[in-house]
Amino acid sequence: MTTPPSPTAAAPESLLAAPDQASQSAITAEIVAAHAEAERRVAAGEQLPTTMYDFPAYRSSILRHPTKNPRLVDPETIELLSPAFGQRDVAAIESDLTLQHTGEPLGERMTVEGRLLDSWGRPLRNQLVEIWQANAAGRYIHQRDQHPAPLDPNFTGAGRAITDDDGRYRFTTIKPGPYPWRNHVNAWRPAHIHFSIFGSSFTQRIITQMYFPSDPLFALDPIYNSIRSQKDRERLIGVYDHNLTSPEFSMGYRFDIVVDGPDATWFEPEEEN
Amino acid sequence: MSAVPPRTHTPTPGQTVGPFFAFGLQYPDMNQVVHPHSPGSLVLGGTITDGNGAAIPDALVEIWQADSDGSIPRARGACRRDGHTFTGFGRAFTTDEGRYEFWTRDPGAEPGKAPFFAVIVYARGLPNKLHTRAYLPEDEAALAADPLLAGLAPDERATLIASRTPEGGLHFDIRLQGEKETVFLAY
Repeated sequence: MTTPPSPTAAAPESLLAAPDQASQSAITAEIVAAHAEAERRVAAGEQLPTTMYDFPAYRSSILRHPTKNPRLVDPETIELLSPAFGQRDVAAIESDLTLQHTGEPLGERMTVEGRLLDSWGRPLRNQLVEIWQANAAGRYIHQRDQHPAPLDPNFTGAGRAITDDDGRYRFTTIKPGPYPWRNHVNAWRPAHIHFSIFGSSFTQRIITQMYFPSDPLFALDPIYNSIRSQKDRERLIGVYDHNLTSPEFSMGYRFDIVVDGPDATWFEPEEEN
Repeated sequence: MSAVPPRTHTPTPGQTVGPFFAFGLQYPDMNQVVHPHSPGSLVLGGTITDGNGAAIPDALVEIWQADSDGSIPRARGACRRDGHTFTGFGRAFTTDEGRYEFWTRDPGAEPGKAPFFAVIVYARGLPNKLHTRAYLPEDEAALAADPLLAGLAPDERATLIASRTPEGGLHFDIRLQGEKETVFLAY
């Protein structure tokens, strides 16, 4: 089989601006209409994914989402297991994003802690959690982020951890700022931390974003709203937890993560074998 | 096995990986499931394209596979390669031309089953992950017996079978949308 010649690729940074540059009010109206339409289809008995692949208010998804429904398949053995991770893969210090440089990063120091659970509430141990985020000024260290906010020489914004026996992870970091993007005119992302999670089954793999309580940008953001129901969107909001706040040191947020089944990932608890 | 009890917890929804994942998800030799100079090593690669057939330069692919004898890797160290332990997991970012590449070796399977790589794709502009499979092309009997492939039309089936390159590598393109759209999976 021969490969067709690949078309000349556009420079990645040129793809970041949507061509139509709609107004925020037009985007907000699209979001409201898309949620209402999804609700209507679900009420009529249709099965829709929790996160909508077809969500045109998020302009760059228009040409990048599949148009066919996914094929339902029984997982094979390899898909029911997942790469094995352990402390060998990650140094303990990688979970503290404030210690990666010689000085202290600027911004509001925070702790984010949570548990990784399966759909039956059981802790997932020894799993890899990776995070990345903008700095306090809303700037990513990535070269393609040219938003004119300062980089912080003492903050990169990437961390990793391995869950403990209770499925727990914990990061010390800086609260990220909101940042502008070019989906539409005056588009701003609510502050968020990207999370990448492995479960005990490869089918449970998830990449998501954690948000912060009461963000005024929630209703305006097409990415947050690609999740069609309010209840599910709220699962992505970290909960402020004063018990996690350290006196005179950092603010605490709790963010538990539940991976999806399927039923084939249910194994008898080991103790009962 | 006893009946599966009802689920008690609602899954956390997924979100797009966004444009700026590279500094968060990169680690040394992440696309080298095996060392390039090890016996049986080959390149598995392809291009990821959108609904216009344009290359996607900001996508991320992960593979997870059995070893060539069909065994499931249980060794740790996928994030800190030692050059010889087979962990079965790899991660690759697409280049500015939309191409991803792994160094790996052929997966095996249980007897009679068709070997494949479990594949997940993420990209800026893709609201959530997509699962698929890249089957090896050789074992026609096993491919014919595969329950997933058996239920697909020929053009859909073709999107899941990698082709063998003259150098012994594997070529597997992923089309997120449009003509010859890759078949994606739900479990």
